[in-house]
This record gives sequence, structure tokens and C-alpha cells, in this order.
Amino acid sequence: MRNAASIKLTSIHKRFGSFPALNDVTLNIQPGQLAAILGPSGSGKTTLLRIIAGLETQNAGSLHFDSEDMTRTSPRDRHVGFVFQHYALFRHMTVLENIAFGLKVRRRKQGLSKKEIRDRALRLLNIVRLEGLENRMPQELSGGQRQRVALARALAIEPRVLLLDEPFGALDAKVRKELRRWLRLFHNEMGITTVFVTHDQDEALEIADQIVVMNHGRIEQVGAPTEVFERPATPFVQEFLGICENFQKPGILPDPVEVPDQMELPGVVEARA
Amino acid sequence: MFKRKSKHVLPGFKTTMGFTLFYLLLIVIVPLLGLGIKASTIGWTKFCETAISHRVMASLRLSFGASLMAATINVFFGLVVAWVLVRYRFPGKRIVDALVDIPFALPTAVAGIALTALYSSKGWIGAWLSPLGIKVAYTPLGITVVLSFVGLPLVVRSIQPVLQEFDPEVEEAAALLGAHRGQSFLRVLLPELTPAILTGFALSMARAVGEYGSVVFISGNLPMRTEIAPLLIITKLEQYDYAGATAIAAIMLLFSFSILLSINLSQHWRRRALAH
Amino acid sequence: MNAVATTELSNKALTARFGRVVQRDPLWVRAGLICIALVYLFVLVFLPLVLVFVAAMAKGVAAYWSAIVDPAALDAIKLTLFISFASVSLNLIFGLAAAWSITKFHFRGKGLLITLIDLPFSVSPVVSGLIFVLLFGAQGWFGPWLYAHDIKIVFAWPAILLATTFVTSPFVARELIPLMQAQGCDEEQAAITLGASGWQIFRHVTFPNIRWALVYALILCNARAMGEFGAVSVVSGHIRGQTNTIPLHVEELYNEYSSAAAFSVASLLALFAFATLGIKILVESHTARNTRIDNTFRSLE
Repeated sequence: MRNAASIKLTSIHKRFGSFPALNDVTLNIQPGQLAAILGPSGSGKTTLLRIIAGLETQNAGSLHFDSEDMTRTSPRDRHVGFVFQHYALFRHMTVLENIAFGLKVRRRKQGLSKKEIRDRALRLLNIVRLEGLENRMPQELSGGQRQRVALARALAIEPRVLLLDEPFGALDAKVRKELRRWLRLFHNEMGITTVFVTHDQDEALEIADQIVVMNHGRIEQVGAPTEVFERPATPFVQEFLGICENFQKPGILPDPVEVPDQMELPGVVEARA
Repeated sequence: MFKRKSKHVLPGFKTTMGFTLFYLLLIVIVPLLGLGIKASTIGWTKFCETAISHRVMASLRLSFGASLMAATINVFFGLVVAWVLVRYRFPGKRIVDALVDIPFALPTAVAGIALTALYSSKGWIGAWLSPLGIKVAYTPLGITVVLSFVGLPLVVRSIQPVLQEFDPEVEEAAALLGAHRGQSFLRVLLPELTPAILTGFALSMARAVGEYGSVVFISGNLPMRTEIAPLLIITKLEQYDYAGATAIAAIMLLFSFSILLSINLSQHWRRRALAH
Repeated sequence: MNAVATTELSNKALTARFGRVVQRDPLWVRAGLICIALVYLFVLVFLPLVLVFVAAMAKGVAAYWSAIVDPAALDAIKLTLFISFASVSLNLIFGLAAAWSITKFHFRGKGLLITLIDLPFSVSPVVSGLIFVLLFGAQGWFGPWLYAHDIKIVFAWPAILLATTFVTSPFVARELIPLMQAQGCDEEQAAITLGASGWQIFRHVTFPNIRWALVYALILCNARAMGEFGAVSVVSGHIRGQTNTIPLHVEELYNEYSSAAAFSVASLLALFAFATLGIKILVESHTARNTRIDNTFRSLE
């Protein structure tokens, strides 16, 4: 089990010019949790995620990992793993080089030999089930494969917090379902505090320990999936989640490779991000 | 622990921006300011005297006139060349594409002497034209030819990318609605291409007005008749008439700046309009 | 979304490969337009090029060679090489710094900055020379001071370097900025979350992505620097053997009616122009190949 940190956001405000993206957001995520930030486009969910990573600077408020104040730390030193929506793989490096990047740039600090770096990267490649693809270029991979490379790359630096920005948004429905279940199993095994952003309520309801529903830069409700679904705190939450007709209770997670044949696909209306 | 110094995510803003501004200041801004200040110390009356003198007016008229003519010629032929390069396949297309870039890559002096030799009365083309009574070298016509040479790639390379990116489905829709080729071209394609054509025209104009190296050989440099404005600047410098040279330079600068500004602004507005 | 993307690709791909699918121009139109284009280019561009080489050889190979190894010519070549190397190096650093600061950060006044960088592009070469004469010439701002300290800028190589640097300063930045803007900052941001320093980010992430565009920008910048005539003409004083660059030397020979010699030296520059274009074609086919691979695989998702 890796060292997982808690995330504490206090009174975060963020403006882009005159547009208020986040308005007094306070959030606590327990160590080792898998949390989903759910909301329509423009709700501020990606901005919040990027603030946790340090890729945006908040106008006011503070951020702590465990008891460490991260408010003014540069993204380089926050030790977060970040998976971008479009993966942001280094297009001129092989899969293995991509994964090893975080280890290579810290080589002097951590004193790892080239062989050790390579071994670690290969191990990560195995974990994400992409063994054999180490010398491929990102352009030669499918979307789902690129996704997993991006994940392996983020994990290489042994982060205590893992952040995923709409991780399955660019994939087609079948791959999406498989990968999200795989993510849940993966999280169960790794135990890193994970936060992912999505506009897909099925995704959030199915795999998250805790759901954070956002709208217009504010948090509407925070709670376990059952709680949010059965006891919506505001009309927005009710409406946003109410479109889903056939809800599968979390906890029943089929094997990530097989798709059960008797599953009713809920009517999903995809909000364009 | 690293305390963040700037609000920028990626590093290096201060360094790169600082160097950029410093370099710009040193190499671009200060020299141009120098011209501006010198121009302002000339005094309005002397400025107008210089600007309106016959010789200067004639040279400006020549420079602008020939540039206008050349830019117009280039718009027509440049459009044809761009069309042919984007739409058709024929042997040697690669070479033709490279030919378009020659005026860009070839030094102006080399182009100048080559074109002069070509169109002089003993040159390959000049000899053929002179029995017809057409004199090209040492006349405004020759200047126009040279300026066409110089401006060609600017027009073609402005139009080409737009033509390349043009959505074939739009033309297909026009055809399905009953438009024949000519109509489709005039009503569907041409309006789309117009901004690019205008940009190419403006760039060609701006380049041609200031062109010196290639023109000075073919123009004959007779004052009042075939003397281009840039040459007049040099002549005045050689006579130590700094004020006169500065006055003409200021006029030319104003012209090129306004062209640059109008191109940038129109692109900016178009981008904003498209975003809505 | 994926279905639409596939259709878009095949439509454009079809058009690129087979010409217009629905609206094919009639043969006479096609032939006519191609003829017009070819004739125009032949007369305007091809003939002058050929003439350079024919005229260079007009007095035979021996005369050609002696024109090139003539001491004044060699001095001109040396000066030109020195000036181009120096100005291109300076503009390389400037271009990289400007492109990085403009494309990887968010700040106000970006448009103004880009316009400033573009400025020398729109200034007439003669005016570009004039501004340095106004600064450093005998009657210029710094003229008396320079004279007192016996420093020669105008009518010596420093002014030539300054004028050439001014004229070619936009080239690298203009080539890099649109490309880096299109590439975005995602990869760099990924690198910083992984712990890379600024220099590591540039070296491992950004530079490989702009490598070819940079090569192209450098050769274009170099071609312009070597061929610059108007600006250098104003500031150099035309001192044979000392402040003549190759273009100025060509002009001098031509004005002395040594036309064969002038074309001989000019042919060097023409050859260099060919080399420039050759490299450009290489670079473009390389990047086009990469873009095609990218597009093909993207449609497989």
C-alpha cells in the first residue's frame, strides 16, 4: 500500500478575468479514497482539479496534503500524478520513455541507475497490462492504450495523490465501461488517494467512494453514491442525476475484461464538455 | 520546500520575456524611435517641403504605382498558380511548388541583375520584344515586372493554405443544389478566398514599395522618371541631406505600418467574428 | 463523435488523393489553367534563374573560377559568412525566447508583442539601414561619442551586423510561434507535474517537437541574411575588401560592366538558394509524413 495523502481544500476562489470559475469551495478527501467530481461543463470541476495539481493558481483559499500546506508550492514539487484529458503523451518518445520520464528527470535527486529506471518503467507497463508495447510510439496506440500509458507515467513518480481529468471522455462507450471498472479494481489494489473529474453520472455513481457534485463553481453536494442518489440535497443534484433510469449499485463490480451480457444500458445523455 | 515565485505554471517566464523585451528594445524599438525622433525634429514645414518636392513625389508615385500594378498582376496569376498547385495533379508539380519559393530564397541583388539582363534590349526576352517597340528594362514596366517577381510567393503562399483547407463538402453541396462550376467558384469559393487574397495583395504591396535590391538594377534611376523612393533615400544620404532622407523614410514607414496593422487587425476581427 | 471524425478524414483524404470527387473541372479548364501557371512561372522565375548560370559561364569555366577566388570576392564571402552566422545565432536565441514567452504563458498585450516582433518584416530594407545611420553615423545620436572614442560602427562590420540582425529578426519567431501555439502546453504541463525543471522541459519535451520547424526557420533566416542588400548597402560604405558582402560585391562587378564575373559570384548565392529550398522540401516531407501518421491513427480510435 502506498503512502496516500488526504486532500483538504479550504475556501477556494478562482476567477478567470471577470468570470468566477470557483466560488468558496471547501472540500475534504480522505486518504485512499476514490472521489469523483461530477458536474456539467462550466461547473468548475476541471479548474478545481488543476488547482489541486498546481496547474492553476487560486485567487484565495488554501490547499493541504495531509498537514502540509501546498498552497504556494510549484506543481513540480507537489508530487501529484496527473492524467490529462487528452493524455498529453510526449509524442516523440516511446511508451517506455514516456513512463520513465518522471524518474529520469529526478534521477540525480533519487540516485536511480538507468537500469533501475528501466525496470521500474517495465513493471508499471505490466501493471497497466501493456507489456510488449514498450517501444511503440504514442501515435501507434489506441485511445484506451494511450490512456493507460498516461496513467503509468503518472504513477511512476509514486505520487500520494492521483488526479484524472475526464479520463474516459475521449473513448467509445464499450472501452469506457471496461476501463472504469478496471480503474476501480486498480484503485482497490494501489490505494492512492484518487480524484477524477467527469460529466458522466454513471461513471461517478458506479465506481466512486465519494461523489462531489458541482455546478456553477460551487459544490452542491458531497457524499457516497447511494446517499447522493437517494437523498439529493438540491434540485440541481436531483435533476442532474435523475436522468439515469437504471442505476447499478456500486460494490457489484464485474471482471474488467468481460462485459456481462445481461446489463441494461442506462439512457445516458452526454453533456458536451 | 519550493515556494512559488510567479503565478505562471511553467517556468522561465521572467527570463525569456525579459530577454525578448531587451532584444526588441535594442534592435528594433530604439532604432525606429531614432527615426521617429529625427523625423519630428525636422519640423513640419521642412517636412512638407521635402515631401511635396517634385522629385520626391515622382519617386513615391513610381514606387506606389508600380507596386500596385505588380500586386494586382500577382493576385490574378498567383490565384491561378495556387489553384493549380492545390487542385490538380500533373508531372513536375513538386518543382513548380519549389519555383514559387525562389523569389523568397534568392537574394534581391541576384534577382535584380538577372531580370535586367533578361529584359535588356539584348536579353533573351528583351531582344524578342524590342522589334515590337516594347522596352522593358530601364522603364516603369521593367520595375513592375521585377516587383511581380518579388511579390509572387507572398500572394501564392497566402492563398494556398486557405484553398487547401477548404471543405470539399461545401462545394459538393453547391453542386447538388444545381450550381455549375463557374457559379460555384464565384459564389462559394471566391468569397471564402477573399480575405486570403487581400492579405496576399497587402503583403505584396508592402514588400514592393520598399523593395530596393532587385529594382535598382532594372530601373535606370533617372530622376523624375524611373527613380524609386528607396533609391532617392540613398541619394539624399550620400548628399548628407539626412533630413530629406528621413522625411521620405518616415512616409514609407507610415505606409508599411498601416498595412501591417490593417492585416493584423482584420485577421483579429475575423477570428473574433468566427468565434461567435 | 468518432463516426463523424472518420467521415471527415475520408472525405478530405479522398479529395487529396483523387482530386475533386463530385466537381471535377473540365479538361480544357484544367489544361488551360495549368498552362497559364506554367508559362507565368517559366517566364518570371525559371528563365532568370537559368540566365544566372548561363551568364556566369559566358566567358568559360576558367573565368568563372577566377571570379570566385578573386581576393575581393573571397573577402566578401568571408564577411558574408561571418555576418550571417552571427546574426542567425542571435536571432535563434531571440526567436526561441520570444516563442517560449508568448506561447507557454498567458498575459495581456500578446498581440502587441507579436506585432512588434513582426515589425522589421514590414520595413523597407533601405529604411532599415537608414535607422542605424541615424543612430551611429557621423551626424547621428551617438556619432560624436563614437568618433571621440575611435569606434567605427557605420561603414564597418558592426553596422552591417546590426542592420542584418534587424532585418532578419522576425524569421525564427514567426516560424515557431504558430507551431508552438498549435501544439499547446499540455505536454509541458505534464512534464512539470512529473517533476522536470524548466531546462529539462525545454530540452526533452518542447525542442523535439519543434526541431524541424526550427531547422527550416534557420535556413530561411540564413538565406535572407546572406542575401540582404538594401540595408547593408546603406550602412556599409561599399569599401572593397573590407565592408563588401557578396551581394554588394556582385553589384560592384555589375556596375563595372564585368557582367560575367558578377554572375559568377551571383551563382554562388543562387546555388545556396537551391540548397535552401532543397532542405525546405526535405523538412516538409518529413513533417507531412508525421502528420499523416498522426491523422491515420487518430481515426482508428
